[in-house]
Amino acid sequence: MESIPLNSTKTFWDLRAGMSARVVKACSDCPHGLRMQELGLTQGVEFKVTKVAPLGDPIEILVRGVRLCVRRKEMLDFEIEILE
Amino acid sequence: MVGNPNCGKTSLFNALTGSNQKVGNYPGVTVERCSAPIHLGDTVAELVDVPGLYSLAANSEDERVATDVIQGKTEQPDLLLCVLDALHLERNLFFFSQLADQGFPMVVAVTMGDLLQRRGSKLDTARLAQLLGVEVIEVVGHKKQGLAELREALARNLEHPRSPSCEVGFPLELETKVAVLSERLARIGMDVSKTEVRHALLNPESPLVASLQDLPEILAYVAAAREEVSQLPEIGPSFDLEKRYAWAGMVAKAVTSQGVQHRSRTDRIDALLTHRVLGLAVFVGVMYVVFQSIYTFAGPLMELIEGAFAWMGERVQPLVSGHPVLESLVIDGLIAGVGGVVVFLPQILILFFFISVLEGSGYLARAAFLMDRLLGWAGLNGRAFIPLLSSFACAIPGIMAARVMPDPKARLATILIAPLMSCSARLPVYVLLIGAFIEPQFGAFWAGFALFAMHFLGLLVAIPVVYVLNRRVLRGTRLPFVLELPPYQLPKWRDVWLAMYFRGKLFLKTAGTIIVAMSLVIWALSYFPRSEADVARYEASFDAAAHSEATDEELAAARDQHVQSELLRHSYLGRFGRAIEPVFTPIGFDWRISTGILAAFPAREVVVPSLGILFGLGGDADEESSDLRHAIQQATWPDGSRLVTPYTAVGLMVFFALCCQCMATLAAVKRETNSWKWPTFMFVYMTALAYLGAWLVHLVGVVAG
Repeated sequence: MESIPLNSTKTFWDLRAGMSARVVKACSDCPHGLRMQELGLTQGVEFKVTKVAPLGDPIEILVRGVRLCVRRKEMLDFEIEILE
Repeated sequence: MVGNPNCGKTSLFNALTGSNQKVGNYPGVTVERCSAPIHLGDTVAELVDVPGLYSLAANSEDERVATDVIQGKTEQPDLLLCVLDALHLERNLFFFSQLADQGFPMVVAVTMGDLLQRRGSKLDTARLAQLLGVEVIEVVGHKKQGLAELREALARNLEHPRSPSCEVGFPLELETKVAVLSERLARIGMDVSKTEVRHALLNPESPLVASLQDLPEILAYVAAAREEVSQLPEIGPSFDLEKRYAWAGMVAKAVTSQGVQHRSRTDRIDALLTHRVLGLAVFVGVMYVVFQSIYTFAGPLMELIEGAFAWMGERVQPLVSGHPVLESLVIDGLIAGVGGVVVFLPQILILFFFISVLEGSGYLARAAFLMDRLLGWAGLNGRAFIPLLSSFACAIPGIMAARVMPDPKARLATILIAPLMSCSARLPVYVLLIGAFIEPQFGAFWAGFALFAMHFLGLLVAIPVVYVLNRRVLRGTRLPFVLELPPYQLPKWRDVWLAMYFRGKLFLKTAGTIIVAMSLVIWALSYFPRSEADVARYEASFDAAAHSEATDEELAAARDQHVQSELLRHSYLGRFGRAIEPVFTPIGFDWRISTGILAAFPAREVVVPSLGILFGLGGDADEESSDLRHAIQQATWPDGSRLVTPYTAVGLMVFFALCCQCMATLAAVKRETNSWKWPTFMFVYMTALAYLGAWLVHLVGVVAG
């Protein structure tokens, strides 16, 4: 398994509107992690932040052709890297 | 009928079955079971609309109900109708691949093909049918396209069932072990799906592993097999999910002509409607229009209904006059009771009209998106916004509107605090007491402030209540908040009318029976015991006293009121009110107010006419009547001290603001939660809060003098 440099690991708190990101690590034992993987956020998948709600949360992401609104604080079972 | 949430299942269900659906609950849980007969050529089958699912791995009790139906544990389906949404084909195919593992015969209906086409893409249904191994029919429910073909396919497959084949492409080593283990489990009588077996081979924490603790031999095999499997390249705990998505992505790519997603129209609208500033402004505007319409449109309709019932009472009166008990039973008990239910119908219909229009157009999801942060910190979610706002008009449509919330715990929390929002039935009480005690002493500004404060109080109290509920009562894992913003479209009017029709019918049927029964009980308690002798005695006691009334007419009216109030005083309700007076004395209420409160438990607006009778003015008093204000202002305790001070008035208003004095609400909660536990809980906690609130106000009054 390749090691991930510490400074490139981000969470959903770091996402801004228009950013693209990739799921680096998903937690399968966490209840939220499993549900979100069933919704398509599996390891390695790329997604784009399409909207941020006026109050900063939730955010809408486009993943596998589906637009999904999620709460940042409920997505902390995921490690992500930001692509652009 | 199974599929993802929001895949167009309800629309298709309505289109296939018309308006014959039966809405009930699955036994023991709050999950709604919607079914209807469907005509397939010569035969009639029952179509059951199973709640939408993203996955067969059930995460909650309520999802377990849906998966049990699909897996044939509660009722064995003859055929599955799997609905796939063409716009979100990849995720829908992921679910399909899990269904395919069950091996049930299946027909696939593809929805949203028209929207896909508008985006410049096309779906190859023949190729999809080939890849999935079952019949695939494209349908546009609201335009009735493909419905005949779908019926034919369903009839054909009931005769000659076909099960799907889907090669997700798990490595042979894994699948051999899955097959071996499945067979060993089948031999000892355990009927477990392939998905669950595969999960057990990939995850030590799988629920199947836990259920095998008594079978060391099999457990050892599982452990050994897992060890071997984990040596395979790219295998991890999420292997099953990843493989399925890889398969789904491949199939989706093969059957859609191009993957580019145009959502220009929806995106342009969203740029405005979810905008940082404008989005919130539009939202406030939309909500204003909705609730203003409920007030303005429902008002005349409610008056019309009240008028109709009053008219009916007048028509019926000659038929029953001469039998005083029967007359009172029919006029005051039955007709007034039924009228008290039907009067809520316009509000419910108008609210559900707006909810289905907002839902059908796609705006309801945006409203939840905008409001989630605001409600989230209190432990609710964005979808609670409409139910709570509706509750300011009336808690009943609000409680029914909580159906838009898929998370059962969040929904229950919303239902439990909805009646704390100050509904329009509390208004008469506020108007009466503010008019009698606040306005004359403190002026119009403070009167307006008091009215606002009373409406704000419920909201303020709701926040700690939700906090405590979430931590103490509704514990357990909660599903993550997930929301999809569907493309904007015109609402389907047929679905709007059906929603109004079913919600209205359901309300009249369930709430109606309970409210009518309770009104009859309260009527009986306030009517009995009474006899001719009592009436004569009260008349005599009135005649014995000196009177200042000028005309005979006024004298007769005063005499009648005196008799009415004496009768109520000596009725079971009045006796009970006096017996319970010590309970209410600490918060500053005498037996008359206590009796008024008791009489108001079925419906709080009853308190104003009850107080009218209790303070000797007759039952025609309303909140604007200056006689009643005057009578309450002048009322004293037996020792001569003033009964109602401004503090008592505020205490009484706080009591009404927090107390659950509405049978219809409790009946609606019973219906929505499918148990007596939650209405009982609601009644107890709200009554306790009301008492506590009124006591605190009284205490301040005592301290301040």
